Amino acid sequence: MTYETIARIAQQGGLIYFGLIFLAGCAYAFWPGNREAFARAKHLPLADDDQ
Amino acid sequence: MLVAVVLGGFLFFLGAMFTDDPLFRFQAMIFVAAAVLAGFALTAGVSGGLFRDSPARYMDGVVRAGVIATMFWAAVGMLVGVVIAAQLSWPTLFYFPEAGWLNFGRLRPLHTSGVIFAFGGNALICTSFYVVQRTCRARLFGGLLPWFVFWGYQLFIVLAATGYVTGITQSREYAEPEWLVDLWLTVVWVAYLLVFLGTIWKRKEPHIYVANWFYLAFIVTVALLHVVNNLALPVGLLNHRSYSLFSGVQDALTQWWYGHNAVGFFLTAGFLGMMYYFVPKRVERPVYSYRLSIVHFWALIFIYIWAGPHHLHYTALPQWAQTLGMTFSIMLWMPSWGGMINGLMTLSGAWDKLRTDPVVRMMVVSIAFYGMSTFEGPVMSIRAVNALSHYTDWTIGHVHSGALGWVGFISFGAMYCLVPWLWNKERLYSNRLVEWHFWIATTGILLYICAMWVSGIMEGLMWREYTPEGFLAWSFIETVSAKHVENIIRTLGGLMFLSGVFIMIFNLWRTVKLPSVDRNDALAAPLPAAA
Repeated sequence: MTYETIARIAQQGGLIYFGLIFLAGCAYAFWPGNREAFARAKHLPLADDDQ
Repeated sequence: MLVAVVLGGFLFFLGAMFTDDPLFRFQAMIFVAAAVLAGFALTAGVSGGLFRDSPARYMDGVVRAGVIATMFWAAVGMLVGVVIAAQLSWPTLFYFPEAGWLNFGRLRPLHTSGVIFAFGGNALICTSFYVVQRTCRARLFGGLLPWFVFWGYQLFIVLAATGYVTGITQSREYAEPEWLVDLWLTVVWVAYLLVFLGTIWKRKEPHIYVANWFYLAFIVTVALLHVVNNLALPVGLLNHRSYSLFSGVQDALTQWWYGHNAVGFFLTAGFLGMMYYFVPKRVERPVYSYRLSIVHFWALIFIYIWAGPHHLHYTALPQWAQTLGMTFSIMLWMPSWGGMINGLMTLSGAWDKLRTDPVVRMMVVSIAFYGMSTFEGPVMSIRAVNALSHYTDWTIGHVHSGALGWVGFISFGAMYCLVPWLWNKERLYSNRLVEWHFWIATTGILLYICAMWVSGIMEGLMWREYTPEGFLAWSFIETVSAKHVENIIRTLGGLMFLSGVFIMIFNLWRTVKLPSVDRNDALAAPLPAAA
């Protein structure tokens, strides 16, 4: 295996890997089923009433 | 538990007896002293019934202790900073050739560790303990374990600080403590992780609030960075000195993989956790976009970890690795500014608080500094810019706009929030003093970073200037004396920032002395009833 082969696998693989992670993160953030949970989570810090 | 303390103390006593290394004996004796104190505290605590668990209440005592420690170390760390800034302006100041204790080389790590790990670390630990309990609606996990984390961390600070002035260092940036102290920090940090994870585990909320994600990323990544960067072989079991397992350019890369992620995860992710709780709480508005905070989190942690090689431009590190570090640093701009926008826009509909509440103003300025330094950083990571900026005061200015502006101000904001909440006070002793703190400190930061821009770019240009004959135009010492006025301005800026901290300590002290809102201030706040 030459340096060029490893470098190409690393570069292209890295691109795909990071692209997928980013898409997964976005999918989680924008998933319609999560809308309710996030809307509730958003108000979490405001709801603790001990002070 | 008591047995472990006694046994540990005894082992270190034996170590101190049999070593022929005076510096090792010194550190072992500190461990012995700590074990004796811990033994007394445990005995007194058990016999006095102080440790009776009250599972129905939040554990706020350790957070209160953390607030006090944060302010104490802020004063110490920043005072040392002013001293070494003065030494740079007037080199004979506090310089005693016969005693090395106050040399610049020994005081500098005392300052950097003092502000990053002692001030910043205590602020992170105590706010994370507060935030995780409130957003999980659960008491801290682990009985006395949070107290072990608190006191164990203070012991780490004392060991590291006394080590620096007596000359113990492995000369790794922001990781100067030697192997023995590194091992101790590892134990404390694992305990910290256990407390945090345990509390999340028993949470009564189905969702883990985003601030906890940032805190958790900070704890986990710092553990990983600390362990890998400090892989070393001690000279002997009873010797303070050790040698790194890495060498050459691998060593340099490991160091800066650690160093930059100390910035990314210690000084950024953790304090973003602070921002995502205290800013919404203070302005009584939910965070601008919860979705953006999720994208912010995942993008930030996955990109930051690759940025380290930008510290090694034009070195033996292969060029592709330098380019990789540079590219990821530039990409970091996006999640950073996403987070900044998210923090700032949380105020939408409550912008009037900027005028009426100086604590809110402090936190907003801190987010502005976060935006500014996360723009400046990517610019400086570009190889051509770095050729000018590296090794100059520009870097120092950049670090301080992040550290004083972002880390300092968001922590001050959190402390100003926490003290009235934790001690059951209606308000702070004086909002006018907060105003004074805010303006003195802000002016101090501006003096500091503007002076460093001027001196940094000036010395960078002087270093690269050639005469027509092809010789360097300036000797090194000429570039140093050219910075004299800027160094004095920097000292003044630091002194102003430090004065702000003293005003703050006075204000918080008087706040604690105010009459409490209700009579049960001896008790921590109760947990909400199970749903």
